[in-house]
Amino acid sequence: MLNVQVENLTKRFASVGAPAVLAASFEAPAGGITTLLGPSGSGKTTVLRIIAGLERADEGRVLVGGSDIMNVPVRERDFGFVFQSFALFDHMSVRENVAFGLRVRKMPDADVQKRVDELLELVQLDGHGDKFPLQLSGGQRQRVGFARALAPHPKLLLLDEPFGALDARVRAELREWLRHLHEITHLTTIMVTHDQEEALDLSDCLVVMDQGKIQQAGTPAQIYEHPASSFVASFVGSANILQGHVHNGRARFGADSLTMPSTASDGSQVQAVVRPHDIRVERATVDANPSHRPSGRIQRIADLGTYIKLDLNLVTNEIVTVHISRKEFEALGLRKGESVLVDLDSARVFVEDYAI
Amino acid sequence: MALNPAMPILSARASVRTETLLVRLVLLLLSLGFLTFVVVLPLVAVFAQALDKGVGAYLAALTQPETAAAIKLTLITAAIAVPLNTVFGVAAAWAIAKFRFPGRNILLTLIDLPFTVSPVISGLVFVLLFGSRGVFGAWLEAHDIKIVFATPGIVLATIFVTFPFVAREILPALQEAGNASEEAGLTLGAGGWRILFRITLPRIKWALIYGVILCNARAMGEFGAVSVVSGHIRGLTNTIPLQVEILYNEYDFVGAFAVASLLTLLALATLVVKKLVERRENKAS
Repeated sequence: MLNVQVENLTKRFASVGAPAVLAASFEAPAGGITTLLGPSGSGKTTVLRIIAGLERADEGRVLVGGSDIMNVPVRERDFGFVFQSFALFDHMSVRENVAFGLRVRKMPDADVQKRVDELLELVQLDGHGDKFPLQLSGGQRQRVGFARALAPHPKLLLLDEPFGALDARVRAELREWLRHLHEITHLTTIMVTHDQEEALDLSDCLVVMDQGKIQQAGTPAQIYEHPASSFVASFVGSANILQGHVHNGRARFGADSLTMPSTASDGSQVQAVVRPHDIRVERATVDANPSHRPSGRIQRIADLGTYIKLDLNLVTNEIVTVHISRKEFEALGLRKGESVLVDLDSARVFVEDYAI
Repeated sequence: MALNPAMPILSARASVRTETLLVRLVLLLLSLGFLTFVVVLPLVAVFAQALDKGVGAYLAALTQPETAAAIKLTLITAAIAVPLNTVFGVAAAWAIAKFRFPGRNILLTLIDLPFTVSPVISGLVFVLLFGSRGVFGAWLEAHDIKIVFATPGIVLATIFVTFPFVAREILPALQEAGNASEEAGLTLGAGGWRILFRITLPRIKWALIYGVILCNARAMGEFGAVSVVSGHIRGLTNTIPLQVEILYNEYDFVGAFAVASLLTLLALATLVVKKLVERRENKAS
């Protein structure tokens, strides 16, 4: 298995305006799944296409297993590529689609048939070989895409939003299937997605991109627990972002009851990023202590099955989303329109300098 | 609302059919009558006139040496012009669909030029270039090469007039399909020719076939441009359409319509193939 080192990649599509990718560097570990995660237009697909050789970088280089591949033509790179749109050859049978890369390599027909059978079994499409792509469902088509990419024993597997064109249920199924496939092949894989759940679920290494730049790279746990910026925090896992400032060693977010310790200097602007499941909600009590006064009102209650989602309107008119367990919700007996005490102290809060 | 989801559909359907029976009848008769007068009657007239003096006279008219020569010249012209325009059309459409390059819009406009220029002018251009008083006239004469009033001129004029058909037909198919399949081929290690013949052409096959058929129909039927460069030398530089005109002007109506019926049959065959192609395309998508 080979690792992939991306060094300082820069790509401009237009001579003016922001570059699509700016000085992107990261390492994809050998035999692991590395995910490029970001909103659309963040440059993640461009990075993948540069690695594949479908796009030329203006600056920087890519090393695969330690050797520079920038001058190797696409055809000779031997990387499997899976497209969001499947990009199957619709006029060829499933078998011929899978065989395409083998026939290019002039493999004898008997070996081709054997390898195709192996792959159809691997992607659980044995018996569908003589069908044409348009006779298959979306999920089946993408599995043909995987089989076709894997057939010539590629050095890397590059996946460009592989499940992006599929509906939610099939996505979830194929995600499990891909994990299983990877456990068998252990092929170094780089995947592009904008689906953070997919990224957190599948990746050994996560690379978060925004506006052409890499915002943070690390394991999913590192990125979820220690996001480097409010963008990363809000993009990886859902999060509430609150604006506030520091006073007497405590960051204050609108109300006296919404404060927390902060090491930032007095008067500095801060941003708190709070995960919805890290906020505690209590019934408000009539109390002289200002920190016990109600700090929000329940605006909406949504029962999402596994948990209850509350939209709280804070005294600052900011809306925060809170997830609480069904059990806790029933114990508190909360109703819409009620005022509640919002407890951020038990939350994991990321405070950063709020620079403009 | 949620109680009966079928309701809005029914009412929408009803609103489409608010015209009375009378209005529908009048519209139908009007369009049918117009079609009969403008399309069906002339079509019938061609065959009626051609077979006016019996099948024997019809066949005799077709096998007359000058007519046979015209048919042969038309076939030769099409046999050269259509393959050339197919190659050119695929190359031009590929370049326009897949690449962004300076001059792309100019190329796109130039492809349409034969559609917008009168065929007579298309023919005249070649006379002005290659005629005895043309730009290359003296040089051609010195080397004893005849273009105008000879087969090469007819072929050139036909190529010029028919070159948009293939490119125009396959361009939307190429653009719609995008580059992903070709990129997939590349990542699988395929070279340019393999990608063209095994991936791209099969994918746009039906659009290509239709473009070639249209191109062929026009190549065989072109009158204006060919008329200018032909010189109307009997048995030598007359194509089928020119032969029709000559026979008609000589009051040989059976002959004229017999030859005309060939072009009509070609037109009908073209329409049939077009229908087949469309059906295949619908099935594919």
